[in-house]
Amino acid sequence: MDLMDRFRQGDRRALARLITHVENGTPVGRAAMRELYGATGRGRSIGVTGPPGTGKSTLVDQLASVFRKEGLRIAIVCVDPSSPFTGGAILADRVRMRHLQDDPEVFIRSMASRGALGGLSRATGSVLKVLDAFGFDVILLETVGVGQGEVEVVREAETCLVIEVPGLGDGIQAIKAGILEIGHVFVVNKSDNPGADRVAEQILTMLSLNPVPPPWQPPVVQTVATKGAGVEDLARQVRRHWEHLDAQNLRREHLGRRRIADLAEILKCRALGAASQRVLSRPEYSELRRKVELGQMDPYEAADRLLPFDGIEEWRLP
Amino acid sequence: MPDSQTKIRVIVAKPGLDGHDRGAKVIARALRDAGMEVIYTGLRQTPSQIVQTVIQEDAYCLCISILSGAHNHLFPEILKLLGEADVQDVLILGGGIIPPEDVPALKKLGVSEVFGPGTSTSDTVKYIREHVQPRA
Ligand SMILES: Nc1nc2c(ncn2[C@@H]2O[C@H](COP(=O)(O)OP(=O)(O)OP(=O)(O)O)[C@@H](O)[C@H]2O)c(=O)[nH]1
Ligand SMILES: [Mg+2]
Repeated sequence: MDLMDRFRQGDRRALARLITHVENGTPVGRAAMRELYGATGRGRSIGVTGPPGTGKSTLVDQLASVFRKEGLRIAIVCVDPSSPFTGGAILADRVRMRHLQDDPEVFIRSMASRGALGGLSRATGSVLKVLDAFGFDVILLETVGVGQGEVEVVREAETCLVIEVPGLGDGIQAIKAGILEIGHVFVVNKSDNPGADRVAEQILTMLSLNPVPPPWQPPVVQTVATKGAGVEDLARQVRRHWEHLDAQNLRREHLGRRRIADLAEILKCRALGAASQRVLSRPEYSELRRKVELGQMDPYEAADRLLPFDGIEEWRLP
Repeated sequence: MPDSQTKIRVIVAKPGLDGHDRGAKVIARALRDAGMEVIYTGLRQTPSQIVQTVIQEDAYCLCISILSGAHNHLFPEILKLLGEADVQDVLILGGGIIPPEDVPALKKLGVSEVFGPGTSTSDTVKYIREHVQPRA
């Protein structure tokens, strides 16, 4: 039976293999995305982001366990950084996902960032769609822990949890610019450590500085992920956000924005692919490159000869 | 062997009751430094958890590290479960402390190679590169 048929029948090995194809951008993967795209947009997506070691994986484990008790089918995607030098990666988020590993209704996939910035890998969005099309009710996405405005996650996930902890640094500086805008729910994890109340207060204060009160006021939840404390409350706030999205028709807006972003991404890839293929295959390319290398020609001059850039937007492909 | 575009994904698993995972971490780092993507499971994984991880992560290779002496029980169990799940294209390697006299039986079960404490990590890297089956 072919891979897509097995996928449609709910075969988890076919799902896993298809994700590999999509992650590697193979022809099978590309064809599958085209086929599955129309079947996406059903599952709820939750992004989990925050600085390294704040307890994202432990929280995902706990939150997923709460949803499992409610009978929801859960998929988890965890992204860890690839080494910029070797391209290798150690993907260790599973170590903290102890409660889920014997549950046949949970599917966990680790991904390396493969050079992409912004906390995700280039294929992460597509992998989420594959999981969505497979029929998971909730898809949790743990980003690389960089903690400075992983805007990418907002594009892929309709509900974003931002994790902070006490003791990371003093005061307002510790909560990095850009992170306030992306959070729908803020979590102060490791609340068993001193200073948690202060961090929660600081977040609330900063949120209240917003001159126009948004229709959704992000709540701040305190948790101790290792003990599961506060996790029921966190799950409740996530549900509240779902209800808000549904009531305001915001879900449709989010999906619309994501579809447009997908189109832009596909066009960008194609344009880049087409242009670089033509440029790099031109006979004078290696000579010009050599001149640039030796400092005999500046890179702008070389680029003008390889890919003339007319005026503002007229691109003449040679 | 997969082409250079395809990342080799390897699981480093620690079944059984071993109290520490220094050796497993050393091999995980060596594989990462060789450009592979290493999924690390942490301590005390059950055979069924390891098999679920192999399936979900669609790994090319599974390295099982055992120090506790339970290899003659754990390897057959893991291989049995892999067989039941019809997983056939994953390269299975053993490591940790496994007496040489036990190795032939493990190989008969489907373990491709066993790397003892003396093996250099570069031998393991080379072995994986040469023996993983092509994928996606
Ligand atoms: N004291 C305390 N420790 C915690 C809590 N939550 C997680 N930890 C510990 O913090 C460490 C990091 O937890 P992870 O869940 O791996 O954190 P993470 O954010 O996923 O880490 P990265 O993915 O590496 O960025 C582990 O040792 C956890 O046991 C908590 O609420 N309190
Ligand atoms: Mg993590």
